[in-house]
Amino acid sequence: MKHKNWEGFKAGKWQTEIDVRDFIQSNYHPYERDASFLTGATERTQTLMKKVEALFTIEREQGGVLDIDTATVSSLTSFSPGYVDKEHELIVGLQTNRPLKRTVNPFGGMRMVKNACEAYGYKLSPKVEEEFRFRTTHNDGVFRAYTDEMRAARKCHVITGLPDAYGRGRIIGDYRRVALYGLAHIIAEKKRDKAALAEGNFDGDQIRLDEELFKQISFLEYLREMAEMYGFDITEPAKDAREAIQWTYFAYLGAIKEQNGAAMSLGRVSTFFDIYIERDIARGILTEEQAQELIDDFVIKLRLARHLRTPEYNELFGGDPMWITEAVGGMGEDGRTLVTKSSFRMLNTLYTLGPSPEPNLTVLWSNDLPASFKAFCAKVSIDTDSIQYENDDVMRPIYGDDYAIACCVSAMKLGKQMQFFGARCNLAKLMLIAINGGFDTTSGLHIGPQMPVLEGDVLDYDTFVARFDIYLAWLAKLYVNTMNVIHYMHDKYAYEKVQMGLHDTFVERLMAFGIAGLSVVADSFSAIKYAKVCPIRNEQGHIVDFDTKGDFPKFGNDDDRVDLIAKELTHKTITELRKTPTYRDAVHTLSVLTITSNVMYGKHTGATPDGRHATQAFAPGANPMHNREENGALASLNSVAKLSYDDCRDGISNTFSITPDALGREDAERVDNLVSILDGYFKKKAHHINVNVLNRETLIKAYEDPEAYPNLTIRVSGYAVNFHKLSREQQREVISRTFHDAL
Amino acid sequence: MMHCNSSVNAPTGRVHSIQTLATLDGPGVRYAVFLQGCPLRCGCCHNPDTWDETGGTLYTAEQLVQNALRYREYFGDFGGVTLSGGEPLWQTEFAEAFFRLAKEKGLNTCLDTAGCLLNDKIKALLAVTDRVLLDIKYPTDALYREYVGCGMDTPLSFLSCLEERCIKTTLRSVMIPTLNDTKAHEEFLTELVRTHGCIDTVEILPFRKLCTVKYKQLGIPFRFADIHEPYPLVVKEMQEHIAHHLKG
Repeated sequence: MKHKNWEGFKAGKWQTEIDVRDFIQSNYHPYERDASFLTGATERTQTLMKKVEALFTIEREQGGVLDIDTATVSSLTSFSPGYVDKEHELIVGLQTNRPLKRTVNPFGGMRMVKNACEAYGYKLSPKVEEEFRFRTTHNDGVFRAYTDEMRAARKCHVITGLPDAYGRGRIIGDYRRVALYGLAHIIAEKKRDKAALAEGNFDGDQIRLDEELFKQISFLEYLREMAEMYGFDITEPAKDAREAIQWTYFAYLGAIKEQNGAAMSLGRVSTFFDIYIERDIARGILTEEQAQELIDDFVIKLRLARHLRTPEYNELFGGDPMWITEAVGGMGEDGRTLVTKSSFRMLNTLYTLGPSPEPNLTVLWSNDLPASFKAFCAKVSIDTDSIQYENDDVMRPIYGDDYAIACCVSAMKLGKQMQFFGARCNLAKLMLIAINGGFDTTSGLHIGPQMPVLEGDVLDYDTFVARFDIYLAWLAKLYVNTMNVIHYMHDKYAYEKVQMGLHDTFVERLMAFGIAGLSVVADSFSAIKYAKVCPIRNEQGHIVDFDTKGDFPKFGNDDDRVDLIAKELTHKTITELRKTPTYRDAVHTLSVLTITSNVMYGKHTGATPDGRHATQAFAPGANPMHNREENGALASLNSVAKLSYDDCRDGISNTFSITPDALGREDAERVDNLVSILDGYFKKKAHHINVNVLNRETLIKAYEDPEAYPNLTIRVSGYAVNFHKLSREQQREVISRTFHDAL
Repeated sequence: MMHCNSSVNAPTGRVHSIQTLATLDGPGVRYAVFLQGCPLRCGCCHNPDTWDETGGTLYTAEQLVQNALRYREYFGDFGGVTLSGGEPLWQTEFAEAFFRLAKEKGLNTCLDTAGCLLNDKIKALLAVTDRVLLDIKYPTDALYREYVGCGMDTPLSFLSCLEERCIKTTLRSVMIPTLNDTKAHEEFLTELVRTHGCIDTVEILPFRKLCTVKYKQLGIPFRFADIHEPYPLVVKEMQEHIAHHLKG
């Protein structure tokens, strides 16, 4: 295939089949020099951003939600076009007809939508309820199939945060395809795939796929219509940078109009855009200032994206996140860096538009990245606390060089892999249920195999481990089966039509399980092994507390005695999970990530042998428990780095807070030292790190006077938030975390 | 009353604490070991808990190097290991063994000292030292004797020794208002910079009172309790004035 809009691009395989990676590899210009070419925000951008900020202020003043359209169900064409400032916008498109107005999306579940409306003082229109009266939502479907045991596990919070009442998310459409090929070609390819299916056996799997292709095609047509409403014909390939960004954004916008998944990530667009920008600059039709304006305008749109959530949802995923994750940088398989000028331009939006949690800018760090780019990233981290880092050198060998990150830490090949999101199980609670022989002391529920409560005045390590293993095996099977129900029903009742339309027809599926409370459990194992843990029993004979005598190694001090326990726990968990087959033969993966649910998980978990008292928050993700690190920051990083990415292919999240003084005296020194820390951590094969460079006092001030810090952005667990958007409880937990300080 | 601690002749040392991420004790990211024990009693000391030479945790030099090597990936082009204290010269043989082993492993070594001891064993230590952070406290012998507890001739000989050996030196001084925030001190330090090519960095550090709590806990009177912390601008000015005379 040839197209006039491809003039100036190097020919390749990408012209004969859909292959965005090949297009990038054939046409991009690596950039290895420094950031001095960057420009600031233009007057136009500043004026537009002022309007947007005014809207953010009203939204904040109204308790976090500016407006809800309670009568119109969200879909691609259900709203007339919306603008912030039509005359001056370079990239257009909003989820509704007005900025920050939220929509109802009951396909995942009706109850969630009703509660969310009511939480913000609205009432869902009876018209919508009526419309859905004879329809099955994803939530309806799941609860038809859930077993009693699944319900009990959910109720006592040993498995929780499951996507059974809202969209599952974590699927990244390859939105770039629309810009490169135009919709007409993509639809034609899908039609060809559908016709080819008819050649084979029409068994259950085949019929399901065939119907899915029908849905994909019809929604790609809606996408075309949606763009048409804004006055754009996106059936043909984009002819310049502005169109490439606009087409890509329309595709993303279509996805978030259709789906309200927890994480609606963007992919890896910067270097793709760069090819168009460089072509325009070479043609003399675009200046550097205009290039930055296009990226700025695109990012403004992303910052305006919203979904309607319930307060209970916000407990799990605090700060109103969308996880519009954009992966920046990384290296190519041929050894050239994938950093381009637009990688810089994307990070530069944190200066031109100010710090912000969205989009969730994620730098794919490699030891081989250009030094100038490393330094720029470190500077942006120090200045804005708005970016996270993930290890390209451990992911590239597995996912190639055109993967992206969904949500916080979930890697997948763009357009070729998708994920079944599975939230997480509470490993600390599981440990307590095991000790109590199948009784949960916080909910009063009997669950799992029923056995005697562990005996003795002091817990015996070998007996305890053997008992834990029995319950881990039980939970793993239940967890896989629960996930199978959820994703069977999601595919059936809330299939992602636009996003899957922007994937290859035959995709590889990953099923992402997760664990919370890893450091609590590892330290508890260590306490039972190295100290004396005396259980305290209540009148019914259940163990409700522990008297731990003596010292024991704690995770976060680079001490193999406990760090290897943590590592073994993840290995055991994924090994057990793999024993139960998954829906659609998805590959089992595991994450150590909590989002902000570490607070809620802690709240529902009794006292643990490591000395953590009942209801106390867990550390987030794979972090050591707060303030148990005694040997400084690098010892803490080394402990986390020992967890194996092979066992935790869905990511290992570590959130790191350091005071500016602890990084060095001068700005340049701080940048160099942060680069050294990141290089070192990733050379140790660690997977992920959130970097915050700030003083605890700043957070305390923001806690006491939120109005004064409307834009204070911090990284929490795989994503960033506006500090003021967290609940008071979540804020307190963030303040109580370890801050690595100068002595 | 100056003497080397004769009890420390085996390659075991007393360690007060280890900071795996140190960025203020030498260039780059460093693994800093704070040794236990100090013969001086500086009025401005912010680590009085390191004075007692009988405390701390025992390590062999080999153990400590093995531990430091767990962090070598983080050291970048400039980082490495630092020995601080306490006074690392107080455990000379241990310090020498640690640095020698560290250098064998290719680690950069940095010594944070007041330079108040000098003998052949210390010269052997300097042979395996890449950089010294030398704290020159006051411009006169009288102030040294009053507020440090030793004369100033040894620190100056120590500096000459660094000069002879061309060991890169960071000249440090803690600015203590009313005692050394003076023109005389500034001129004294400037003169040292002019006459010693080995000095490539100057760091004027502010006197800090965060340590007040430590003194209370230890039941030791804090001699400088009534002295206020210096103004950052004044500290910066003195630093700039002196650094202006650095060569290259």
